[in-house]
Amino acid sequence: MAQLTQTKTDQLVVRRRAISWTWLGVAPFFLFVAAFLIWPTLSIIGQSFLDRERRLTLQNILELGRPFIVSSYMYSLQLSAVTAIGGGILGGLLAYAITIGGLPRPLRDAVLSFSGVASNFAGVPLAFAFIATLGQLGVVTQWLRAVGINLYPTFSLYSFWGLSIVYIYFQIPLMVLIMAPAFAGMRREWREAAESLGASTWHYWRYIGLPILFPSLLGTMVLLFGNAFGAHATAFQLTGGGSQGNVVTILIGAQISSDALANPGLGNALALGMIIIMGICIGLYTWLQRLSTRWLRS
Amino acid sequence: MLKRFWPWFWFLVGAIYFLVPLYATFDFSLRAQRGQLSFTAYANVLNDVKFVESFWFSLQTALATIVISALVIVPTAYWVQLRLPRLRPVIEFFTLLPFVVPAVVLVFSLARTYSRTPLTDSREGLWVLLVGSYVILSFPYMYRAVDTGLRAINIHDLTEAAQSLGAGWFTILTRVIFPNVFVALLSGAFITFAIVMGEFTIAALLAQPAFGPYMNLLASSKVYEPSALAIISFALTWAAIAAIQWIGQGSQARVAGPR
Repeated sequence: MAQLTQTKTDQLVVRRRAISWTWLGVAPFFLFVAAFLIWPTLSIIGQSFLDRERRLTLQNILELGRPFIVSSYMYSLQLSAVTAIGGGILGGLLAYAITIGGLPRPLRDAVLSFSGVASNFAGVPLAFAFIATLGQLGVVTQWLRAVGINLYPTFSLYSFWGLSIVYIYFQIPLMVLIMAPAFAGMRREWREAAESLGASTWHYWRYIGLPILFPSLLGTMVLLFGNAFGAHATAFQLTGGGSQGNVVTILIGAQISSDALANPGLGNALALGMIIIMGICIGLYTWLQRLSTRWLRS
Repeated sequence: MLKRFWPWFWFLVGAIYFLVPLYATFDFSLRAQRGQLSFTAYANVLNDVKFVESFWFSLQTALATIVISALVIVPTAYWVQLRLPRLRPVIEFFTLLPFVVPAVVLVFSLARTYSRTPLTDSREGLWVLLVGSYVILSFPYMYRAVDTGLRAINIHDLTEAAQSLGAGWFTILTRVIFPNVFVALLSGAFITFAIVMGEFTIAALLAQPAFGPYMNLLASSKVYEPSALAIISFALTWAAIAAIQWIGQGSQARVAGPR
């Protein structure tokens, strides 16, 4: 009897140790995220509901309805949607071409490593490159002028479509880097099985390929959306970073460095609005991800 | 031949989109001297001490970021798949938060929350904040890469095999899991490296002497040098990424070798 009790105690001790050890395994990750992300962000969110005397207020949130703030949000949303779709389609097709498209292996490696470099090309140097390409004195602008097409003043690199073209440059490589492994993971057997049952290429993609890839494609495009929505440096370099800049991140950036709205609380509320929109995106992404794994499992 | 038409077509579209701006930038960078093509703009940039300093600074920051990110993510992703599969959506949620909290918001939050602490009052402290933010930014890419890599190998069998041979957790992580996810880890590392080297927002707002803020400042005073700088940074980053890739392929060959 005493021995039995002893064994039970041992088991309990072992089990308790196992539990604490199991959770300890993920402690470093959570500590890191808490220190560098969660705690700072939560404190900013909390402060967007406080006025200067640290009393609870909704004034900061209500002030988001100012026309220039609303138009700034709309501008960022449209820019993100256009570049996520454009970059997603072009990047997806490129990822397809270099994987199951059957292009020579060296080309595939070249595109993948180029994508690694080109996603770095976002921000300041990317803005430089496009000023040299499509700016008023840009090389392509000059070529087109030589054949009688004047881009300016109808087109401007600093306009919505100009910014879109620049953003898509860093959207494509990100799409390629994430989607190429997914395409490469498509089994040859699926295709062969479909073909042996008489499916054409169109049938295969319509009923097998795209449905398998769809959640992953859409999920990645949601990531691209976030990538564009949170982008700051490229637009900053192109527009000069004035507070009249149309992108939300520039508005927030201007608020950080100079308190351009003369109200720190409004800056916090701007950030909160951005976090909410991005939160909706990530919710969508998570849902798609679950869909994707469920399909892959069954 | 016709079967290969569309892949080639899309490849060419991508190539044009990618290469024309690079060509244009290069062309532009050669025009510093009126009426002739020259490398004057490049010489000006390379002779600038601040260029070398800022590039070196960003390189060190990038490597520190990749190492710390890998040390945090690999054990976490491994442990979650092995023992805490229910926690996977939670971890995924947290690794995706950098998309919810863009760089501008993140750096502002950090600067405010840790103001009047050693983290914001000293040069070293600001660097810690910089690397910390970059590690956070790298999480979505690193976790995706490592998680996919782990799913491709059978970690349960590998862990049991290692344990039956007497390996402890540290040995399992360093000698079994890390080598097996190394190549997957590299794809995450490429993106991280790319992000850090060109990053402007966080570095500028933390007043760090990084490459991004340096380029931004140069553009306000020079016309042709920024193009030269864009080409130089592109070429150097390309070389660095090619080197990492080469190391990756080398180790892949080494892993496959003994079989």
